Amino acid sequence: MLNKVYDWIDERLDITPLWRDVADHEVPEHVNPAHHFSAFVYCFGGLTFFVVVIQVLSGMFLSMYYVPDIERAWESVYYLQNQVAFGQIVRGMHHWGASIVIVMMFLHTLRVFFQGAYKKPRELNWIVGVLIFFVMLALGLTGYLLPWDMKALNATKVTLDIAQSTPLIGDMLKTLLSGDEHIVGAETLTRFFAIHVFFLPAALLGLIGLHFLMIRKQGISGPL
Amino acid sequence: MSEQRVTRRQFLSYTIMGVGGFMAVASVMPMLRMAVDPVLQVEAGGDFIATTVKVDELTNEPTRVDFQFEQEDGWYTSNVTQTAWVYKDDKGEIIALSPVCKHLGCTVNWNSNKDHPNQFFCPCHKGLYEKDGTNVPGTPPRGPLDRYKYKVKDGVLYLSRRASAVRGA
Repeated sequence: MLNKVYDWIDERLDITPLWRDVADHEVPEHVNPAHHFSAFVYCFGGLTFFVVVIQVLSGMFLSMYYVPDIERAWESVYYLQNQVAFGQIVRGMHHWGASIVIVMMFLHTLRVFFQGAYKKPRELNWIVGVLIFFVMLALGLTGYLLPWDMKALNATKVTLDIAQSTPLIGDMLKTLLSGDEHIVGAETLTRFFAIHVFFLPAALLGLIGLHFLMIRKQGISGPL
Repeated sequence: MSEQRVTRRQFLSYTIMGVGGFMAVASVMPMLRMAVDPVLQVEAGGDFIATTVKVDELTNEPTRVDFQFEQEDGWYTSNVTQTAWVYKDDKGEIIALSPVCKHLGCTVNWNSNKDHPNQFFCPCHKGLYEKDGTNVPGTPPRGPLDRYKYKVKDGVLYLSRRASAVRGA
């Protein structure tokens, strides 16, 4: 039955080459931990992506309960954490994943750096990778405010102070981030929410797409 | 052709670029203007808030003055209490200092640490300030305490809603 459905679609759209291209792509021996155990260092990029997928999915489900409003945010988090079945688990995945993704990305960066895999012709991919790093840090930073507890509020005040210490445009930058010159409040929370949930994930997906396209086009660098 | 006539292809590409550019700008511009609105808003809060303190009562010893006002945060209004340390200096000038530490934003207290009499002390990282708000070198703060602007009306002290940084003090 499934075969027939597949054939019906394939006959019209010729989808076989699309997935064959990925499925038949051989893993080179020097990056395969089955051949050399030390090749596990090549897994960190893939692990980063795996955790990103978890973050996106768990975030989507958290947003079913979360309300980005100063009077309701904390209560909605409290509710999903304590009243919703598996809410604690999903929030835990998002919470711990946020740290793990940074760790994995850092290990991946170290591997690329110490193997010199960023060298010509892969410089552009290194640059995109660094941009991904910044977007990830920004995701962690904006997500930290959303539970709207004292830790979140004070951490964000420090963040905004740091932004404000930028030469020349510091004051403007702070207001742009917080939505008000003096208050860390309603407009700050909605801004951070929008940035965390829409702007940065969109940027992240675009950059990750580029990252993968380039590594596919250029192939992974050879053995040391 | 001697006269520089625009070819059909050029005309079409100019037209498409023009219309495309117009459409891009017309759709993105309102969004960007919306996003930067807080930066471009002119602050209305130039007014002063009455405190319960009579100017005659002020001495040269900093006293804690709390004052309240209604704060508008987007679609929320709430009552906010601000705190100032107020005293009269040698020339009789009123000084109203913000208690927010210039290191990481904790709250400083006057004369609260026995080892540092007659100084403002921040318990978080042991920041110190002189009576006039100048930060003591060698302690964490990077600048002097902010100051409130003040006004005296009918012998009552009025303070500005926000303290502002002392430049070059």
